[in-house]
Amino acid sequence: MLTAYLLLAGLVFAVGLFGVLTRRNAVGILLGIELMLNAVNINLVAFARYGAGVAGWILALFVIAVTVAEIAVGLAVVIVIFRVRRTIEADHLTLLRG
Amino acid sequence: MIGTHLALVILAGPLGAALLLGVCPPLRRRGRVAAAVSLLGIAGALVAAMRLVSALWVFGVRAAHGGLMPVREVALTLPWLPQAGPAPLASLGVFVDPLAATMAALVTLVALLVQLYSLGYLADQPPAALGRYYLYQSLFAFSMLGLVFAPNLLQLYVFWELVGLCSYLLIGFDYDRPAAARAAVKAFWVTKLGDVGLLVGIVLLWGTTGTFDFLTLVRAGVPALPPGFLALCAGLLYLGAVGKSAQLPLYVWLPDAMEGPTPVSALIHAATMVTAGVYLVTRAYPLFAAVPDVLVVIAWVGAVTAFLAATQALVQTDIKRVLAYSTVSQLGYMMTAAGSGAPAAGFLHLLTHGFFKALLFLAAGAVIHAAHTNDLRAMGRLARAMPTPTIAFVIGGLALAGIPPFAGFVSKEAVLAGVWHAGLRGPFLLLAVTVLLTAFYTFRAIFLAFGGDRLATGSFHDPPPVMAGPLWVLATLSVVGAALGMDWRGLSFAAFVTGDPQSALPHGGAWLSALSVALAGLGIAGAWVVYQRGAVSRARLRAAFGPLASAAEAGYGLDGAYAALYRGVVLGGAWVVGWLDRYLVDGVVNYTSAWTLRAGVILRALQTGRAQDYLYGVTAGFLLLVVLWWAWA
Repeated sequence: MLTAYLLLAGLVFAVGLFGVLTRRNAVGILLGIELMLNAVNINLVAFARYGAGVAGWILALFVIAVTVAEIAVGLAVVIVIFRVRRTIEADHLTLLRG
Repeated sequence: MIGTHLALVILAGPLGAALLLGVCPPLRRRGRVAAAVSLLGIAGALVAAMRLVSALWVFGVRAAHGGLMPVREVALTLPWLPQAGPAPLASLGVFVDPLAATMAALVTLVALLVQLYSLGYLADQPPAALGRYYLYQSLFAFSMLGLVFAPNLLQLYVFWELVGLCSYLLIGFDYDRPAAARAAVKAFWVTKLGDVGLLVGIVLLWGTTGTFDFLTLVRAGVPALPPGFLALCAGLLYLGAVGKSAQLPLYVWLPDAMEGPTPVSALIHAATMVTAGVYLVTRAYPLFAAVPDVLVVIAWVGAVTAFLAATQALVQTDIKRVLAYSTVSQLGYMMTAAGSGAPAAGFLHLLTHGFFKALLFLAAGAVIHAAHTNDLRAMGRLARAMPTPTIAFVIGGLALAGIPPFAGFVSKEAVLAGVWHAGLRGPFLLLAVTVLLTAFYTFRAIFLAFGGDRLATGSFHDPPPVMAGPLWVLATLSVVGAALGMDWRGLSFAAFVTGDPQSALPHGGAWLSALSVALAGLGIAGAWVVYQRGAVSRARLRAAFGPLASAAEAGYGLDGAYAALYRGVVLGGAWVVGWLDRYLVDGVVNYTSAWTLRAGVILRALQTGRAQDYLYGVTAGFLLLVVLWWAWA
């Protein structure tokens, strides 16, 4: 049973990673990150249910709080980028190109 | 020993003058004072040399009369380069015997006369240049005397090179003229080619016998060495003489050396430096005598040189070049004599040639100084305006042609007799024909310059006493020198010089004297007919010898051959080395740097600036780590 939950979390993580790596829209990338973090949450809750106890739930709460803060900052950055560069396509944001 | 002390005095005179002038520029820059210093040095050396010769002659006479056998060879040496063992590796010093003493007397005498003459010839030079000239003259005199008195081959080589350096400095004295500078470099290069042979020969001899010393080599080393090896060493030593004494094919530098001032030509390229090669062969004669094949080669090369150079002298229009080719020709005579087993005859010719050739050069210098040109075609009928040089040149010319009772006759006859007695018919024939040619070209020059019908333009006058004095001294010696061929108090010249009381100058029969005088007379008569009377037009004579004359004028292609050799070998080799340097050595470095840059350009493509691509990298690396951890643990 635990295995099923872990597999589910792994799948969600993979989907989130795929989204991060391939989405052109910056907000889409943030969504992918969100998915990856939620997959971690699933993992933590599954471990909590199947033996880790309270530690799992507490860590999950931490992750949620960090996720929220990070998304807020991430979206704020996206908005500033849009104001400066008039685009949020990841393909066009290549100032660090060598 | 009085001999060595006198030798040291002889060396000290010019050395002191040279050092003084060398380290004291204020003294050198005052031209006349520098000249006085140099003259003082060489005059002292001359006095000592005369004393030495007379002392040795007295010894020789006593020995000839069966008196007590004097020590005729003395040496005084100081250790120079130490080595493990009892004897030093090399030593410096003086070796005195009648050969060296006579040579030293010739060198100091002609050097003194030339330095006196230069006071008049170079009177219009700035004082600083005059001082530099006398510094070089003193340095040359010291170098030549050091060579003459060398007790071993190493010291001889050191002074040999020093003499070559002085020749370079003096030929290129007027260094602002490109022709003079080129001639100086050419002289240095061509003689250097011969000097390489000399050095290799010296080192080979030292390597097998362990000594440089002449006496040791001759008495102990020569009998012990295998003949083939000995022939190689003798040949290599002779190569040095080929360069320095202008034998075929290394004589091309001597005509060009006429770019130097005429007194320099008289001293260095007539009487002293060029005779160093003949002196070496005479000094090391026992070494050469052990390998007769080398002697035959020397005789043939000498004879061919004499003949070819005489033919080239026939077509020269520059009076100094006529004399230069004449010197090459007479040097060939001296070498042929040495190669025929008569080194005393060759040495006698060296002495007499020193007198009359220096005389000819100095007389020509007087003419050049007044006419401001060397070209024979611009001269003519100078006899009336310049009697002293005319008489001097005629006396020198008669001596050169070999007319009795002048000195040249005695020595030339001795050379011819020596060659005949050695059974070398080919060289004898060449030398006999050369007698005819010598008389012809000498009197061609005389009639063109002093006789003839065309009066040269400009004003001419007799040279001043400081130039005329040396002319008279040399003219007297060119006449009196014939006495060297006679026995004095029972001591002949040959016995004096070689130390063997039995030896004598070679004498042919009366037929030989008659032949040489007849040939010389024929040459003079021929020149008179063509150039003085004009009975045979020059153009027709030239046309009769057409291709030969053109070949002679072109120097038989020797200069062209050397230039081609230089372009081919030296420049070709340099081109190969340059190619290797540019494409291999530099190539490796350039290749490495280019590929470094290329690699950079390729790797740059990874830096796209897109965060997602970097994330790809992170993911891939992380996966790799996971797989590795899983595979390992």
